[in-house]
Amino acid sequence: MALLQISEPGQSPDPHQRRIAVGIDLGTTHSLVASVRNGVAECLPDDDGRVILPSVVRFMPGQGRQIGFDAVQSAASDPVNTIASVKRFMGRGLQDIADRSKLPYEFTASDQGMLSIQTVQGPKSPVEVSAEILATLRYRAEDTFNDDLYGAVITVPAYFDDAQRQATKDAAQLAGLNVLRLINEPTAAAIAYGLDNASEGVYAVFDLGGGTFDISILRLTQGVFEVLSTGGDSALGGDDYDQALADAAMARQPALQAATAEDKTVLKAAARAAKEALTNADAVTLHAALSTGSLSVQISRADFEQATQALTARCITAVRKALRDAQLGKDDVQGVVMVGGSTRMPQIQQAVADFFGQAPLNNLNPDEVVALGAAIQANQLAGNNAAGELLLLDVIPLSLGIETMGGLVERIIPRNQTIPTAMAQDFTTYQDGQTALALHVVQGERDLVQDCRSLARFELRGIPPMAAGAARIRVTFTVDADGLLSVGAKEQISGVEARIDVKPSYGLSDDQIATMLQETFTTAQADMKARALVEARVDADRMLLATRSALAADGQLLSDAERARIDALMATLQAAIQTEQDAKALEDCTQALAKGTEAFAAERMNHSIQKALAGQNIQSM
Amino acid sequence: MISLQANDFELFDVPVQYAQDRAQLDARWKALQREAHPDRFAAEGAAAQRIAMQWSVRINEAYQRLKDPLKRAAYLCELQGAPVQAENNTAMPAAFLMQQMEWRESLEALADEVAAEQRRVQQTLGDLLDVAKDPAQAVGQVRALMFIERFTQEVNAKLDRLT
Repeated sequence: MALLQISEPGQSPDPHQRRIAVGIDLGTTHSLVASVRNGVAECLPDDDGRVILPSVVRFMPGQGRQIGFDAVQSAASDPVNTIASVKRFMGRGLQDIADRSKLPYEFTASDQGMLSIQTVQGPKSPVEVSAEILATLRYRAEDTFNDDLYGAVITVPAYFDDAQRQATKDAAQLAGLNVLRLINEPTAAAIAYGLDNASEGVYAVFDLGGGTFDISILRLTQGVFEVLSTGGDSALGGDDYDQALADAAMARQPALQAATAEDKTVLKAAARAAKEALTNADAVTLHAALSTGSLSVQISRADFEQATQALTARCITAVRKALRDAQLGKDDVQGVVMVGGSTRMPQIQQAVADFFGQAPLNNLNPDEVVALGAAIQANQLAGNNAAGELLLLDVIPLSLGIETMGGLVERIIPRNQTIPTAMAQDFTTYQDGQTALALHVVQGERDLVQDCRSLARFELRGIPPMAAGAARIRVTFTVDADGLLSVGAKEQISGVEARIDVKPSYGLSDDQIATMLQETFTTAQADMKARALVEARVDADRMLLATRSALAADGQLLSDAERARIDALMATLQAAIQTEQDAKALEDCTQALAKGTEAFAAERMNHSIQKALAGQNIQSM
Repeated sequence: MISLQANDFELFDVPVQYAQDRAQLDARWKALQREAHPDRFAAEGAAAQRIAMQWSVRINEAYQRLKDPLKRAAYLCELQGAPVQAENNTAMPAAFLMQQMEWRESLEALADEVAAEQRRVQQTLGDLLDVAKDPAQAVGQVRALMFIERFTQEVNAKLDRLT
């Protein structure tokens, strides 16, 4: 018989039965939000019953904006201010957007290397545009549950580099979301698929979206999703198929030109419609009313395949490389899960079937599967599923390195290493009395710095002055479970921690985010304060709850004195939640409890590890 | 009590020796990550998160070393007081260096052979298309040239990797 848990009067362990956590698929063409309700993951619909939100944002004169279907409708009439496929610009600089001339937008470079798009409301960064989409989904979820969100898991293409991941996280922060985790889209799909089908073995997830292509090779065993390798192209997707089809059509009527922004939008929309129709039809007519005349071209499926052959070949090349990285052959792959709307194209289905020698698996809705997997992970991370067996062991998609003499790259963390991971590298000074050191971190597989992606420049300051070559500065590069890099440095002889100034190559500094946050919620000072206090209370509650469950589980590890000290800290915090009106003071109380339980947390971890090993030994006996 | 300072073998509770059972290493790795992965502590405080991160990183580091025969051997040498010192000590027996050179030379010879064949097919194509005006015959040679070019790229990539 199960025992009922009854809490101390006035100390209800959790005011809500469960925490509302959602999974968000922030896609190139469309985005979705999903949540686990009554044990089942499902996508949340809008007021009109639609689960899909087109990833399109229109900035209107004044303060207004349209997001989703409304914005799509305006794309043709107001192309310059209606931003679609913004995901392709995340964490990117102006020089990265190769097909700029084919897009209707007016791009400018911002001071942080990142690009901006000129709109009637001034320059908008891709982070701000994405935040609009995320905020819309956040409101949808909050309306659905009539409650605040505890947190969200947001998916990113596995092949996103650090700058693109950071940009996504920044956008979520700007949208007021507590990011529980960034997870890779193919991994999310594997969760939804694997849990649905109780699959075990090696699976390939082939994810061709609107703007990105990912291939991941995973091993599924008893709730563990181990990514063996990942590959892809963060600038290859359905958009490119549309463009190739548009180019092929235009080549048939050379007298016509897509000259204006309206033309480019109309042509692109016509190409997309033709592409979608060709999934079922053998031939279609592509119509587009351009300013230079009317385009009307008969396109067969064979024509389309011909025009996009090179794109499909790029996908298969990436698949081959991912298999090689996983040190597996095609025959080791049990099944190929298809994800992303673009996998509906017959030539993709055919190419994948030909390569693997087996029909790909299409039994989940390719549009929804990523959001559903993210929702399952969010539910577990929020602690709603205590018995959850789910464990994600993901990898870093691209190698991390630092610039050395002569513009060469010294590899620090190789690609496909399981995360979280850390590597240390020792550096020394070049001159007597040198107190600072600059590091340039890059990401990519090439040997020259100029061929890799610049992530950030770190300046280490506060190195104690010593003779040249005497200092031993140990720099630790840590990649967390989200795939995000952080850097720490310590002089080994003196033990002095070097101060690190980060200058991201493409992205926002913390200050800029803070400013944007303020601008987004441009409200009276009092509102800001109230918001800060609410957040501090949520954090304090979370800390108390965590401590209580830790004590319940492993309280016997503590001596009476230690226990009394933690109890006192908890009582102080509990009182502060009720009475404290200053956010900062409340945060300090939370911090005090966090610090006071650090040793206990370490002890608990030792204990768990011991237990894990003991369990293994019994099993293997 | 196990600690972050334990060596890889202790951490995975396997014998301190070169021979290892890969399946056992994989199972231990997953069992340890199940306990230590930061995701397990997502709903807990920052302190728990930080400790989980340290452990999780340490477990991954040990797993990377243990599962790789080369890294495992080097680690075992170092543990037993004989560090490999790959950076400072590159002295190798003459016979081994000789063998390396021979491997390289055979790869280069192969590249030359393929290049000669490539030139021959190109010549044939010229004859077929410009002299004999026989495109139907040429088609087969074009296909052959495609294969040769792809193969040349693969050989060159391998040679590049050797340098």
